[in-house]
Amino acid sequence: MIALSQATIYGLAGLAVFGLGLMGVLGAAERLRRLIALNLCAAGAGMVLIAAAWRSPPAVPDPVPHALVITGIVVMVSATAVALALIRRLHSLETDTDD
Amino acid sequence: MTVLLAFDLLLAASIVGLAAATLLMRDAFAMIVAFIVFGMLLALGWARLVAPDVALAEVAIGAGLSGALLLRTLAHLRGGGLSAQGGASVSAPTNGATQGINALLAGLATCALGLAYLGAPQNVPGLEAHVTDAMPESGVTHPVTAVLLNFRAYDTLMEVVVLLAAVIVVWQVERGLAETPAPALGTVYQGFARVALPVAVIAGGYLLWIGAEAPGGAFQAGAVLGAVAVLGLLSRHVRPAPAHRPLARGTFVAGTAIFALVALGVSGAGRETFEYPPAHAKTLILLIEAMVTVSIAATLAALFHGREPVTVATGKETT
Repeated sequence: MIALSQATIYGLAGLAVFGLGLMGVLGAAERLRRLIALNLCAAGAGMVLIAAAWRSPPAVPDPVPHALVITGIVVMVSATAVALALIRRLHSLETDTDD
Repeated sequence: MTVLLAFDLLLAASIVGLAAATLLMRDAFAMIVAFIVFGMLLALGWARLVAPDVALAEVAIGAGLSGALLLRTLAHLRGGGLSAQGGASVSAPTNGATQGINALLAGLATCALGLAYLGAPQNVPGLEAHVTDAMPESGVTHPVTAVLLNFRAYDTLMEVVVLLAAVIVVWQVERGLAETPAPALGTVYQGFARVALPVAVIAGGYLLWIGAEAPGGAFQAGAVLGAVAVLGLLSRHVRPAPAHRPLARGTFVAGTAIFALVALGVSGAGRETFEYPPAHAKTLILLIEAMVTVSIAATLAALFHGREPVTVATGKETT
Protein backbone atom coordinates (compact mmCIF):
# COMPACT_ATOMS: atom_id res chain seq x y z
CA MET A 1 0.00 0.00 0.00
CA ILE A 2 1.38 3.39 -1.00
CA ALA A 3 1.37 6.06 1.66
CA LEU A 4 -0.94 8.88 0.52
CA SER A 5 1.51 11.72 1.13
CA GLN A 6 1.46 15.08 -0.64
CA ALA A 7 4.38 13.88 -2.77
CA THR A 8 2.31 10.92 -4.00
CA ILE A 9 -0.87 12.93 -4.64
CA TYR A 10 0.76 15.80 -6.56
CA GLY A 11 3.37 13.55 -8.21
CA LEU A 12 0.70 11.33 -9.74
CA ALA A 13 -1.39 14.39 -10.68
CA GLY A 14 1.72 15.83 -12.39
CA LEU A 15 2.18 12.60 -14.32
CA ALA A 16 -1.47 12.70 -15.40
CA VAL A 17 -1.04 16.31 -16.61
CA PHE A 18 2.13 15.28 -18.45
CA GLY A 19 0.32 12.38 -20.12
CA LEU A 20 -2.62 14.60 -21.15
CA GLY A 21 -0.18 17.14 -22.55
CA LEU A 22 1.68 14.44 -24.47
CA MET A 23 -1.59 13.24 -26.04
CA GLY A 24 -2.46 16.82 -26.92
CA VAL A 25 0.92 17.49 -28.54
CA LEU A 26 0.57 14.37 -30.69
CA GLY A 27 -3.15 14.62 -31.43
CA ALA A 28 -4.34 18.26 -31.44
CA ALA A 29 -5.18 19.68 -34.86
CA GLU A 30 -4.88 23.42 -34.11
CA ARG A 31 -1.45 24.93 -33.60
CA LEU A 32 -2.45 26.99 -30.54
CA ARG A 33 -3.90 23.90 -28.86
CA ARG A 34 -0.76 21.92 -29.62
CA LEU A 35 1.39 24.67 -28.09
CA ILE A 36 -0.77 24.76 -24.95
CA ALA A 37 -0.49 20.98 -24.74
CA LEU A 38 3.30 21.35 -24.80
CA ASN A 39 3.00 23.87 -21.94
CA LEU A 40 0.91 21.31 -20.02
CA CYS A 41 3.70 18.75 -20.57
CA ALA A 42 6.23 21.16 -19.06
CA ALA A 43 3.91 21.96 -16.12
CA GLY A 44 3.40 18.24 -15.44
CA ALA A 45 7.15 17.59 -15.46
CA GLY A 46 7.59 20.50 -13.04
CA MET A 47 4.91 19.08 -10.74
CA VAL A 48 6.70 15.71 -10.60
CA LEU A 49 10.03 17.42 -9.79
CA ILE A 50 8.53 19.60 -7.05
CA ALA A 51 6.62 16.65 -5.58
CA ALA A 52 9.85 14.63 -5.48
CA ALA A 53 11.59 17.52 -3.70
CA TRP A 54 8.92 17.59 -0.96
CA ARG A 55 9.93 16.30 2.50
CA SER A 56 7.45 15.57 5.26
CA PRO A 57 7.50 18.50 7.73
CA PRO A 58 9.35 19.71 9.70
CA ALA A 59 12.10 18.86 7.15
CA VAL A 60 12.51 21.54 4.46
CA PRO A 61 12.22 20.63 0.75
CA ASP A 62 15.23 20.19 -1.53
CA PRO A 63 15.89 23.66 -3.09
CA VAL A 64 17.78 22.34 -6.15
CA PRO A 65 14.71 20.98 -8.02
CA HIS A 66 12.91 24.23 -7.14
CA ALA A 67 15.63 26.24 -8.91
CA LEU A 68 15.49 23.82 -11.86
CA VAL A 69 11.72 24.26 -12.22
CA ILE A 70 11.99 28.08 -12.08
CA THR A 71 14.55 27.83 -14.90
CA GLY A 72 12.17 25.50 -16.74
CA ILE A 73 9.26 27.96 -16.44
CA VAL A 74 11.34 30.80 -17.92
CA VAL A 75 12.67 28.60 -20.75
CA MET A 76 9.11 27.46 -21.51
CA VAL A 77 7.77 31.02 -21.78
CA SER A 78 10.65 31.83 -24.18
CA ALA A 79 9.83 28.78 -26.31
CA THR A 80 6.13 29.70 -26.22
CA ALA A 81 6.86 33.25 -27.40
CA VAL A 82 8.95 31.97 -30.33
CA ALA A 83 6.31 29.40 -31.26
CA LEU A 84 3.58 32.09 -31.13
CA ALA A 85 5.63 34.36 -33.42
CA LEU A 86 5.93 31.46 -35.89
CA ILE A 87 2.17 30.79 -35.63
CA ARG A 88 1.38 34.47 -36.36
CA ARG A 89 3.78 34.47 -39.30
CA LEU A 90 2.36 31.22 -40.74
CA HIS A 91 -1.18 32.58 -40.31
CA SER A 92 -0.39 35.78 -42.21
CA LEU A 93 1.36 33.79 -44.97
CA GLU A 94 -1.69 31.50 -45.30
CA THR A 95 -4.22 34.32 -45.37
CA ASP A 96 -2.12 36.08 -48.04
CA THR A 97 -2.23 33.05 -50.35
CA ASP A 98 -5.88 32.25 -49.61
CA ASP A 99 -7.15 35.65 -50.71
CA MET B 1 -5.03 16.59 8.87
CA THR B 2 -7.87 14.83 7.05
CA VAL B 3 -9.20 18.23 5.98
CA LEU B 4 -5.83 19.08 4.41
CA LEU B 5 -5.67 15.63 2.80
CA ALA B 6 -9.12 16.16 1.31
CA PHE B 7 -8.02 19.61 0.08
CA ASP B 8 -4.91 18.11 -1.54
CA LEU B 9 -6.94 15.41 -3.28
CA LEU B 10 -9.52 17.96 -4.47
CA LEU B 11 -6.84 20.36 -5.71
CA ALA B 12 -4.90 17.61 -7.51
CA ALA B 13 -8.12 16.40 -9.15
CA SER B 14 -8.99 20.00 -10.19
CA ILE B 15 -5.52 20.48 -11.72
CA VAL B 16 -5.83 17.29 -13.79
CA GLY B 17 -9.44 18.14 -14.69
CA LEU B 18 -8.51 21.63 -15.87
CA ALA B 19 -5.63 20.21 -17.94
CA ALA B 20 -8.12 17.90 -19.66
CA ALA B 21 -10.66 20.73 -20.04
CA THR B 22 -7.99 22.95 -21.63
CA LEU B 23 -7.41 20.35 -24.33
CA LEU B 24 -11.12 19.64 -24.86
CA MET B 25 -12.47 23.25 -25.00
CA ARG B 26 -13.79 23.90 -28.47
CA ASP B 27 -13.41 27.68 -28.41
CA ALA B 28 -9.78 28.88 -28.49
CA PHE B 29 -10.52 31.81 -26.12
CA ALA B 30 -12.07 29.46 -23.53
CA MET B 31 -9.09 27.13 -24.00
CA ILE B 32 -6.62 29.90 -23.11
CA VAL B 33 -8.70 31.03 -20.11
CA ALA B 34 -8.82 27.41 -18.86
CA PHE B 35 -5.03 27.24 -19.26
CA ILE B 36 -4.58 30.41 -17.16
CA VAL B 37 -6.85 29.03 -14.42
CA PHE B 38 -4.88 25.77 -14.61
CA GLY B 39 -1.67 27.75 -13.96
CA MET B 40 -3.24 29.47 -10.92
CA LEU B 41 -4.32 26.16 -9.36
CA LEU B 42 -0.94 24.63 -10.20
CA ALA B 43 0.73 27.46 -8.27
CA LEU B 44 -1.58 26.73 -5.32
CA GLY B 45 -0.50 23.09 -5.47
CA TRP B 46 3.15 24.13 -5.46
CA ALA B 47 2.49 26.32 -2.44
CA ARG B 48 1.07 23.21 -0.72
CA LEU B 49 4.35 21.41 -1.56
CA VAL B 50 6.30 24.18 0.26
CA ALA B 51 7.69 25.63 -2.99
CA PRO B 52 6.64 29.32 -2.74
CA ASP B 53 9.36 30.53 -5.15
CA VAL B 54 8.15 28.18 -7.87
CA ALA B 55 4.52 29.07 -7.14
CA LEU B 56 5.33 32.80 -7.56
CA ALA B 57 7.21 32.15 -10.82
CA GLU B 58 4.39 29.98 -12.18
CA VAL B 59 1.63 32.44 -11.36
CA ALA B 60 3.57 35.43 -12.76
CA ILE B 61 5.24 33.83 -15.79
CA GLY B 62 3.60 30.45 -16.49
CA ALA B 63 0.00 31.59 -16.05
CA GLY B 64 0.17 35.40 -16.33
CA LEU B 65 2.60 36.27 -19.10
CA SER B 66 2.11 33.04 -21.10
CA GLY B 67 -1.63 33.73 -20.95
CA ALA B 68 -1.10 37.31 -22.15
CA LEU B 69 1.11 36.10 -25.01
CA LEU B 70 -1.49 33.48 -26.04
CA LEU B 71 -4.39 35.97 -25.92
CA ARG B 72 -2.42 38.51 -27.93
CA THR B 73 -1.72 35.92 -30.62
CA LEU B 74 -5.37 34.85 -30.63
CA ALA B 75 -6.37 38.50 -31.16
CA HIS B 76 -3.93 38.63 -34.10
CA LEU B 77 -5.31 35.40 -35.61
CA ARG B 78 -8.88 36.71 -35.28
CA GLY B 79 -8.02 40.02 -36.89
CA GLY B 80 -7.75 42.35 -33.92
CA GLY B 81 -10.51 41.14 -31.57
CA LEU B 82 -11.03 38.25 -29.22
CA SER B 83 -14.78 37.84 -29.67
CA ALA B 84 -14.90 36.78 -33.32
CA GLN B 85 -15.26 33.07 -33.97
CA GLY B 86 -13.03 31.09 -36.28
CA GLY B 87 -9.56 32.06 -37.32
CA ALA B 88 -8.01 29.10 -35.51
CA SER B 89 -5.29 27.69 -37.70
CA VAL B 90 -5.82 24.01 -38.44
CA SER B 91 -3.06 21.83 -39.79
CA ALA B 92 -3.64 18.68 -41.83
CA PRO B 93 -6.04 16.35 -39.94
CA THR B 94 -4.61 13.03 -38.87
CA ASN B 95 -6.61 9.85 -39.35
CA GLY B 96 -8.28 7.90 -36.55
CA ALA B 97 -5.78 5.02 -36.45
CA THR B 98 -2.83 7.38 -36.00
CA GLN B 99 -4.73 9.21 -33.26
CA GLY B 100 -5.46 5.94 -31.47
CA ILE B 101 -1.86 4.74 -31.65
CA ASN B 102 -0.63 8.15 -30.43
CA ALA B 103 -2.99 8.10 -27.45
CA LEU B 104 -2.03 4.49 -26.65
CA LEU B 105 1.71 5.22 -26.75
CA ALA B 106 1.33 8.43 -24.71
CA GLY B 107 -0.72 6.47 -22.15
CA LEU B 108 1.87 3.69 -21.99
CA ALA B 109 4.72 6.18 -21.55
CA THR B 110 2.78 7.90 -18.74
CA CYS B 111 2.04 4.57 -17.01
CA ALA B 112 5.73 3.61 -17.20
CA LEU B 113 6.70 6.96 -15.67
CA GLY B 114 4.06 6.44 -12.97
CA LEU B 115 5.51 3.05 -12.04
CA ALA B 116 9.00 4.54 -11.97
CA TYR B 117 7.79 7.44 -9.77
CA LEU B 118 6.00 5.16 -7.29
CA GLY B 119 8.96 2.77 -7.24
CA ALA B 120 11.49 5.51 -6.49
CA PRO B 121 12.33 6.03 -2.81
CA GLN B 122 10.28 8.93 -1.40
CA ASN B 123 11.04 11.37 1.37
CA VAL B 124 14.76 10.53 1.42
CA PRO B 125 17.49 13.20 1.67
CA GLY B 126 18.51 14.68 -1.65
CA LEU B 127 20.87 17.60 -2.17
CA GLU B 128 19.45 19.79 0.61
CA ALA B 129 22.20 18.75 3.09
CA HIS B 130 24.90 19.97 0.66
CA VAL B 131 23.01 23.22 0.11
CA THR B 132 22.62 23.78 3.88
CA ASP B 133 26.34 23.13 4.41
CA ALA B 134 27.35 25.63 1.71
CA MET B 135 24.82 28.34 2.67
CA PRO B 136 27.27 30.45 4.79
CA GLU B 137 29.49 30.93 1.70
CA SER B 138 26.64 31.85 -0.65
CA GLY B 139 26.15 35.46 0.48
CA VAL B 140 22.35 35.07 0.80
CA THR B 141 20.17 33.26 3.33
CA HIS B 142 17.42 31.93 1.04
CA PRO B 143 18.37 28.47 -0.31
CA VAL B 144 16.59 28.76 -3.69
CA THR B 145 18.28 32.10 -4.46
CA ALA B 146 21.63 30.62 -3.39
CA VAL B 147 21.15 27.70 -5.81
CA LEU B 148 19.95 29.94 -8.67
CA LEU B 149 22.53 32.73 -8.39
CA ASN B 150 25.51 30.98 -6.80
CA PHE B 151 25.70 27.18 -6.74
CA ARG B 152 24.11 26.63 -10.14
CA ALA B 153 24.65 30.10 -11.59
CA TYR B 154 25.79 28.72 -14.94
CA ASP B 155 22.29 27.28 -15.54
CA THR B 156 20.78 30.65 -14.72
CA LEU B 157 23.13 32.48 -17.08
CA MET B 158 22.09 30.11 -19.87
CA GLU B 159 18.44 30.72 -18.95
CA VAL B 160 18.92 34.46 -19.45
CA VAL B 161 20.64 33.69 -22.77
CA VAL B 162 17.58 31.65 -23.83
CA LEU B 163 15.34 34.67 -23.14
CA LEU B 164 17.69 36.88 -25.17
CA ALA B 165 17.66 34.36 -28.03
CA ALA B 166 13.83 34.28 -27.91
CA VAL B 167 13.49 38.05 -28.34
CA ILE B 168 16.02 38.04 -31.21
CA VAL B 169 14.11 35.24 -32.98
CA VAL B 170 10.72 36.93 -32.44
CA TRP B 171 12.00 40.22 -33.89
CA GLN B 172 13.41 38.37 -36.92
CA VAL B 173 10.30 36.25 -37.53
CA GLU B 174 7.93 39.23 -37.21
CA ARG B 175 9.97 41.46 -39.53
CA GLY B 176 7.72 42.90 -42.20
CA LEU B 177 4.55 41.40 -40.71
CA ALA B 178 1.41 43.52 -41.03
CA GLU B 179 0.45 45.39 -37.86
CA THR B 180 -2.77 44.33 -36.13
CA PRO B 181 -4.20 47.13 -34.01
CA ALA B 182 -4.39 46.22 -30.33
CA PRO B 183 -7.95 46.23 -28.98
CA ALA B 184 -9.03 49.67 -27.69
CA LEU B 185 -9.38 49.74 -23.91
CA GLY B 186 -11.99 51.83 -22.14
CA THR B 187 -11.70 54.51 -19.48
CA VAL B 188 -12.29 52.01 -16.65
CA TYR B 189 -9.14 50.24 -17.70
CA GLN B 190 -7.18 53.51 -17.84
CA GLY B 191 -8.20 54.26 -14.24
CA PHE B 192 -7.27 50.74 -13.19
CA ALA B 193 -3.84 51.09 -14.84
CA ARG B 194 -3.17 54.39 -13.02
CA VAL B 195 -3.79 52.70 -9.65
CA ALA B 196 -2.28 49.29 -10.42
CA LEU B 197 0.95 50.30 -12.14
CA PRO B 198 2.68 52.08 -9.21
CA VAL B 199 1.65 49.29 -6.82
CA ALA B 200 3.02 46.66 -9.21
CA VAL B 201 6.32 48.52 -9.57
CA ILE B 202 6.73 48.60 -5.78
CA ALA B 203 5.77 44.90 -5.55
CA GLY B 204 8.40 44.05 -8.18
CA GLY B 205 11.13 45.97 -6.37
CA TYR B 206 10.18 44.33 -3.08
CA LEU B 207 10.29 40.84 -4.63
CA LEU B 208 13.78 41.56 -5.98
CA TRP B 209 15.11 42.81 -2.64
CA ILE B 210 13.48 40.16 -0.44
CA GLY B 211 14.79 37.34 -2.68
CA ALA B 212 18.05 37.27 -0.71
CA GLU B 213 16.34 36.01 2.44
CA ALA B 214 12.78 34.89 1.55
CA PRO B 215 10.82 33.61 -1.48
CA GLY B 216 11.18 36.03 -4.36
CA GLY B 217 14.05 37.03 -6.61
CA ALA B 218 15.03 38.19 -10.05
CA PHE B 219 12.65 36.08 -12.15
CA GLN B 220 9.53 36.80 -10.12
CA ALA B 221 10.40 40.51 -9.90
CA GLY B 222 11.21 40.61 -13.63
CA ALA B 223 7.87 39.01 -14.43
CA VAL B 224 5.95 41.51 -12.28
CA LEU B 225 7.78 44.47 -13.88
CA GLY B 226 7.24 42.85 -17.30
CA ALA B 227 3.52 42.75 -16.52
CA VAL B 228 3.72 46.48 -15.66
CA ALA B 229 5.22 47.10 -19.11
CA VAL B 230 2.49 44.97 -20.73
CA LEU B 231 -0.20 47.04 -18.92
CA GLY B 232 1.60 50.16 -20.13
CA LEU B 233 1.55 48.89 -23.71
CA LEU B 234 -2.15 48.00 -23.51
CA SER B 235 -3.11 51.36 -22.02
CA ARG B 236 -0.93 53.17 -24.62
CA HIS B 237 1.10 54.82 -21.87
CA VAL B 238 4.09 53.16 -23.53
CA ARG B 239 4.30 53.56 -27.31
CA PRO B 240 7.31 51.75 -28.77
CA ALA B 241 8.93 53.88 -31.46
CA PRO B 242 11.88 53.15 -33.77
CA ALA B 243 13.95 55.58 -31.67
CA HIS B 244 13.60 53.22 -28.67
CA ARG B 245 15.36 50.37 -30.42
CA PRO B 246 18.95 51.07 -29.25
CA LEU B 247 17.74 51.43 -25.64
CA ALA B 248 15.65 48.26 -25.92
CA ARG B 249 18.54 46.26 -27.38
CA GLY B 250 20.87 47.50 -24.63
CA THR B 251 18.34 46.49 -21.96
CA PHE B 252 17.86 43.01 -23.44
CA VAL B 253 21.62 42.39 -23.39
CA ALA B 254 22.39 44.10 -20.04
CA GLY B 255 21.40 41.18 -17.79
CA THR B 256 23.41 38.60 -19.72
CA ALA B 257 26.37 40.97 -20.10
CA ILE B 258 26.62 41.93 -16.40
CA PHE B 259 26.08 38.32 -15.33
CA ALA B 260 28.86 37.06 -17.63
CA LEU B 261 31.21 39.94 -16.72
CA VAL B 262 30.82 39.31 -12.97
CA ALA B 263 31.27 35.55 -13.50
CA LEU B 264 34.49 36.11 -15.45
CA GLY B 265 35.63 39.01 -13.26
CA VAL B 266 35.70 36.96 -10.04
CA SER B 267 37.78 34.22 -11.66
CA GLY B 268 41.56 34.22 -11.43
CA ALA B 269 43.83 34.17 -8.33
CA GLY B 270 42.81 30.62 -7.48
CA ARG B 271 39.09 31.23 -8.00
CA GLU B 272 36.95 29.57 -10.64
CA THR B 273 34.37 31.30 -12.79
CA PHE B 274 31.19 32.04 -10.75
CA GLU B 275 33.11 31.54 -7.47
CA TYR B 276 32.18 34.86 -5.82
CA PRO B 277 34.38 35.97 -2.90
CA PRO B 278 32.15 35.33 0.16
CA ALA B 279 32.72 38.88 1.52
CA HIS B 280 31.25 40.48 -1.63
CA ALA B 281 28.86 37.68 -2.63
CA LYS B 282 25.67 39.47 -1.55
CA THR B 283 26.59 42.70 -3.37
CA LEU B 284 27.52 40.82 -6.54
CA ILE B 285 24.35 38.67 -6.41
CA LEU B 286 22.14 41.74 -5.92
CA LEU B 287 23.91 43.55 -8.78
CA ILE B 288 23.36 40.58 -11.09
CA GLU B 289 19.76 40.17 -9.92
CA ALA B 290 18.92 43.84 -10.43
CA MET B 291 20.30 43.88 -14.00
CA VAL B 292 18.71 40.51 -14.83
CA THR B 293 15.35 41.78 -13.46
CA VAL B 294 15.40 44.83 -15.73
CA SER B 295 16.44 42.68 -18.70
CA ILE B 296 13.72 40.09 -18.05
CA ALA B 297 11.06 42.78 -17.67
CA ALA B 298 12.07 44.46 -20.96
CA THR B 299 12.40 41.11 -22.76
CA LEU B 300 9.01 39.81 -21.62
CA ALA B 301 7.34 43.08 -22.64
CA ALA B 302 9.05 42.90 -26.05
CA LEU B 303 7.91 39.29 -26.46
CA PHE B 304 4.34 40.46 -25.75
CA HIS B 305 4.58 43.39 -28.15
CA GLY B 306 6.03 41.01 -30.72
CA ARG B 307 7.05 43.12 -33.64
CA GLU B 308 10.15 45.30 -33.60
CA PRO B 309 9.03 48.96 -33.74
CA VAL B 310 9.76 50.15 -37.29
CA THR B 311 8.91 53.15 -39.38
CA VAL B 312 6.17 52.11 -41.80
CA ALA B 313 5.84 53.51 -45.32
CA THR B 314 3.34 56.21 -44.29
CA GLY B 315 5.92 57.70 -41.95
CA LYS B 316 3.70 57.17 -38.90
CA GLU B 317 5.17 55.50 -35.87
CA THR B 318 3.87 52.07 -35.00
CA THR B 319 2.38 51.29 -31.65
